[in-house]
Parts: sequence; C-alpha cells; structure tokens
Amino acid sequence: MERWQNMQQRAGNTLPDDLPLALVGDGAQGAVIHAVNRAAHLAGVCVGARLTDMRALCPTLKVDFADPQGDLAALRRLALWARRWCPWTVADDWGADGMAAHGVILDTTGADHLWGGEAAMLADMEGTLSALGHEARLALAPTWGAAWALARFGPVRAICADSAALPVAALRLDGETVLLLKRLGLRRIGQLADLPRLSLARRFSRAGPAQNPLIRLDQLTGHLAEPVSPPDAPPVFRVHARLAEPIFDPTHHLPGLCAALCDQLAKMHQGARRLCLTVYRTDGTVSRIEAACARPSRDPAHLAFLFRDRLERINPGFGFDLISLEALVAEALGVGQVDLAGGAESGVEISHLVDRLTARFGRAALARIQPVASHIPERAEVLAAPMAGLPDQVHSMADRPQRLLDHPEEVRVLYALPEGPPAQFQWRRRSYLVARYQGPERIAPEWWQDRPGTRLRDYFKVEDEAGHRFWLYREGVPGDGRGGAPRWFLHGVFA
Amino acid sequence: MIPCAMLRMPAHLTAQALPFASRGPRTSITLSEVFPTHGAEAAAAGFVLSQISMRAGPLLWIQDRLARRETGRPFLAGQASGRKPLMLMQLSRPIDVMAAVEEGLRCKALAAVVAEIQGDPAAVSFTAMKRLALRAEMDGVPCWLIRQGASVDLSAARDRWRIAPLPSAANPDDPRAPGSPRWRVELFRSRGGRPGEWVAQYERAQGDGAEDRLDLVAAVPDGTLAEHAAAGGKHAAR
Repeated sequence: MERWQNMQQRAGNTLPDDLPLALVGDGAQGAVIHAVNRAAHLAGVCVGARLTDMRALCPTLKVDFADPQGDLAALRRLALWARRWCPWTVADDWGADGMAAHGVILDTTGADHLWGGEAAMLADMEGTLSALGHEARLALAPTWGAAWALARFGPVRAICADSAALPVAALRLDGETVLLLKRLGLRRIGQLADLPRLSLARRFSRAGPAQNPLIRLDQLTGHLAEPVSPPDAPPVFRVHARLAEPIFDPTHHLPGLCAALCDQLAKMHQGARRLCLTVYRTDGTVSRIEAACARPSRDPAHLAFLFRDRLERINPGFGFDLISLEALVAEALGVGQVDLAGGAESGVEISHLVDRLTARFGRAALARIQPVASHIPERAEVLAAPMAGLPDQVHSMADRPQRLLDHPEEVRVLYALPEGPPAQFQWRRRSYLVARYQGPERIAPEWWQDRPGTRLRDYFKVEDEAGHRFWLYREGVPGDGRGGAPRWFLHGVFA
Repeated sequence: MIPCAMLRMPAHLTAQALPFASRGPRTSITLSEVFPTHGAEAAAAGFVLSQISMRAGPLLWIQDRLARRETGRPFLAGQASGRKPLMLMQLSRPIDVMAAVEEGLRCKALAAVVAEIQGDPAAVSFTAMKRLALRAEMDGVPCWLIRQGASVDLSAARDRWRIAPLPSAANPDDPRAPGSPRWRVELFRSRGGRPGEWVAQYERAQGDGAEDRLDLVAAVPDGTLAEHAAAGGKHAAR
C-alpha cells in the first residue's frame, strides 16, 4: 500500500488521506482486496474480502490493481538495504494471507551494541523506515519464529516479550490449521505448549511445517534451529572513468569503458541486457542515458554502438568529470562459438541488428509478424517482439490479399441484389467497375471475444477491368436484425 | 499468333534468370527500384517477394507512415507458401527509412531489405541511393525500394522496374472469378542487364510439395526469337 502511495506521489497525483483506497488482486470469485489504507480500514473494508461486498459497504472506495510481483521484488531490495544495521538479512515472504504478512528478518546478534543497545536500534530502524515512507512493526526476539509472532501480535517494539499469551495464528500456521486448533479449544500459544508433546506429534505426524504446530512451536522456542541464510547481493557490473579536467563529449571514453565492462562480464560469464551511461556533472547534477539489448551481449563494439547516436542527448552542462557505465540487467551468457568459416551464428547478427534499430528508432518501431489461428483477418497475425521465436506455422490455402489496410475503409457500392456481389464501387473518390468476382466467403464473428451484435462478414475478391484486385466485404446480411442495411468495406488489396 | 518467348520457372530462380538476355554474368544482389503505377502497389510487393525468396533468413520490411496509410501493410496470410519470418518496421519520416535500410543492409543474415516510400521526399536523393547501392553490393544483401507515387528521376539504383496491373488469367474453376494475378513488368534501366518488358503471371502452389512460380512472357514480340521459333517450329524456351 505504501509503495503504491509513493508511486502515486512520484507520479504527481497525491490523493487526500481521508479518501478510502484499496488495492485488489484476482481471486477465485472475482476481485479480492489485497491492501487498504487507513481511511478504508476505518470505513470497515478488510483485507481478503471480495471487492463487490466492500463496495456495498463503502461506495466511495477507490480501487487500483495490486502488484504482488513488484511488491516481492521491492521487499527483496529492502532486505538488502537493511544490511545497514547488520550483515544477516533476508526477505521473509511466508504469509498465510498475502502480502500484508511479509516482512524482513534481521539477525542482529553482535550488531546491536553498535547502535547503542537493542531499544535504540529498534527506534532507529523505525525512524529510518518511516523516512522512506514505510510503516513498520518491529520486534526483537531470540528466534525467527518468536520475532515473527511478536512483530505481528505483540506489543509495539517488543523486545524478548513472553509469547505464551499470543494467539495460535502467531505460529505461522496456515488458515486451516488455525481453524482446527480453535475448534480444539486451543487459542493461545501457552495452551498449546502445555499439551503433552506426544499427543501433538501423533496428531500432526505427517504435516509439513505450515500445518504442524509442533514444528512451529519448536522453532519459536529455539528447539529447532532456523538460521537466517541471507542471499548474496547480485553482482554489480560498473566501470568508471575519472577525468582530470571536465569534458563535454564522452565519445572517446566510451570504447574503453565498454571494453572494461565486457571484461568484468566475461569473468562472471554474464552478458548485459540493459546498460546505463551516467555522467556526473561539475555543477553537481547527474544525467544518464540507457540502452538495451535483445539478447545478452558482451561485445564491446556492439555495446558502444548502442550509444552512438544518443550521446548528443546527454546534457553536459558545464562539463563532467566522472563517467560511469553500468550493466543494470545482466544474464548468463556462455562462451560463444564460431563456425568453421570463422563467422558467428546468424542469430547473433539479427539480434545485433534489432538492438541497433531499436536503440535508434525506439522500441515500438520494429516488430515481427506472427501468425495466429483466427479467421478474422485483422486477428490472424500479431506484432510480436522482434526476437520472438516462431510459432507453428498456421498455414491455410485460402486466398488472402497481399496487403491489408489497418482499418477497413467504407466504400459506396452498387449491386444488383442486396445479398449478391457488388457491381460497381467507389473507393477514395475513384470508381471501379467490377468485371469478375469470387465469393462470398463468409467469416462469422468470434462469439467468445466479439461484442454481442457483431455482424458477420461476406468477403468478395473482385477485379476491375484494368486488373486491380480488391478484397471487399459486406458487414452483415439484410434482415439479420443487427442494424440497418449492411455496409460495405474494402479491407485488402491483392497482388 | 504472336510469337513469344515463354519463360516458365520456379519463382526463386527468376532473379538470376530474368537478365539472361544480358551480356555476361552480373551480380544480382544489388539495389533495385520498383515504380508501381497507381493501384499496383500490392503487385509491386508481390513481385519483390517473388524475386527474393531464394535466400534464407528473415526479411526486413520498412514502411514510412504515408505508405502504410495509403496502401496498408504486408499481410502474412497472403504471402507465398514458402514464406520467411517478416520483421516489420514502421517509421514516420522517409529520412529515417533510408537510415534504417542502411542499418539493415549491414546485417548479412537478412534475406533482403525492402523499403516502401511514398512520394518524392528529399531524403531519397541520388547520394543516398548511391550509399545504399554500394552498401548492398558490399555486404551482399539485396535491397528493394518500392517508390509509390514517385516520379522517375535520376537515381543510382542498378535495376529500375516499372510495374502495372493486368487483368488476371482465366480461373480454371470458375469463369466469373479472377485467376492467377498478372502484371506488366518493365525493366527500363539496368546496369549489366538488358532492359525489357514482360507479362508476369504468378501461380501459387497447389500442393504441398509444389513451389510458387512466376511465368514471364515477353510483352513485345522479339524478331530474332520469332524467326528462331518459326524455323524450329516450336517455342524458344529456357
């Protein structure tokens, strides 16, 4: 929720605090609320309920879509960022009820005295996180399980508090097990701990950790070890050029930077997918340009080429004295093999071409046409990414035009019979007399995606006396009850 | 009876076979221009596609905005059976089209680069064409420019074609329906080849194993061939 609010704030449309807000995701029966703000919470909107129910409760509810993947990625970044307090941090993405339960686990053993004690460290964390715009519930406990329980169900900034009075939901159990324990009359962790271990072990012998209260209880008390194994931060591929005097044009330094970056990448068997060139100006500001590759590459000449025409877009100001080139996204790339004739494989050349063209003309300009199994002509092909693989060829022997107009153009038609072929038509202020025709070929609307009331199309291939061949269609048939007289359109041109 | 030379061959051979009347061999990989008459833009696209189907690799097809708006885009289902991957690029300015063509010609893995430009923009100058021709011949990638609604002015293109639609051949199944497309194709300027005029008929493959083919018939009766044909009592064919 707060990440969403920050994004909105950055986009410049800040909403008032008293407007009820909710983020929704897909559920089994329609949209389900993922997160709410304070105003919505006060209005009675609760997480996990269906959107339609909550709309009835709070008609002024403003709704946007949740982004669980993005939230998870942000949480992982936050876990790395939290290494400012201690070296052992990990994102904790276990949660029975979605994102609201996620958190970050820090193993602060031996690090708290650096921050002036445990209470001072927690206060510092809360202050720093709130400066980032995040609300935080913090707790400190000897084990992962206890810290998880205290942070969610314990008092504010709890330090090693007694967990016996907490509800059993604090044991990181899934919903069904919590319900089962409630039916058994076990509401507190203390009650569960008082039970004989043998009966609990017998009852939950085959269950996994999320269904087994005994395992969770042992993790909480520390009988079962649950170490924090922090992931390594992804390697950063970045090279710098520090200059003695401010300059205005980075062109001469680019090949050297690219070669150094490619050396770094080659050592880790990686290839760059996205690159960022940053110049640090003498007046204290930073300007940057980015480039992207269609497939991972560590060819210095190619990487330098991607920036060739775009270096002018850097605003040098009064000059800059530090240039840095960074591979923002890197992917694994093995050692390339050349064929016996000494040439690289052709796929590499095509991908380099795609990179050069998209770097120069934008990503939207280039696309690969891919066939799709559909009888509706405008749906029979899609524009895919330029390096997309070829699907199975959808091959039909039907007579189709060489060219297709982006939008069918309406033509004025003279015909002998309303259901019959056209005799003469006028297109773009020019009149054509039909000499020969073929058709009709009837293409029915696709009921699973067309709007109800869409009319069928009768396609005719017509030829005029000069040899121009067109693809016309009549939308609907007279008297089909879906609008008035059918209209005629020109959709394509035959070779 | 009009004596005529009948060329009948698979479509992918015509690029070498067309200038067979030329003196000596020549490189067929070069820059070519096609000038369609009004209403023959689709015919020009079909003719170009029939000429470049012999090389492997994807095809880069570049259009400027006006060409796309006036004559639509290539339709995949309407291409020949042995079609190749088609990379479509749409740019707004003709000067960008010329730059993209030159960029595409650097890539030897492409089957060909085809560009459609509407009208006579200043970007399509003699110098720009010369650059493209040299680049195409250096890297061995055929380049075709389809100049829609353009005037035939000075150009560095090695081969220059003019194409006009003709009433189609008779349909064997239905006398009222149009049959295989026919065009009047004129090679009016060629370096290395002899200009000529043909009536081209494109036949789509009927079975799975068959190939599409382009039949070319000399439009203007050729005296030598006629004498030869009369003497031999049969059509000169190759």
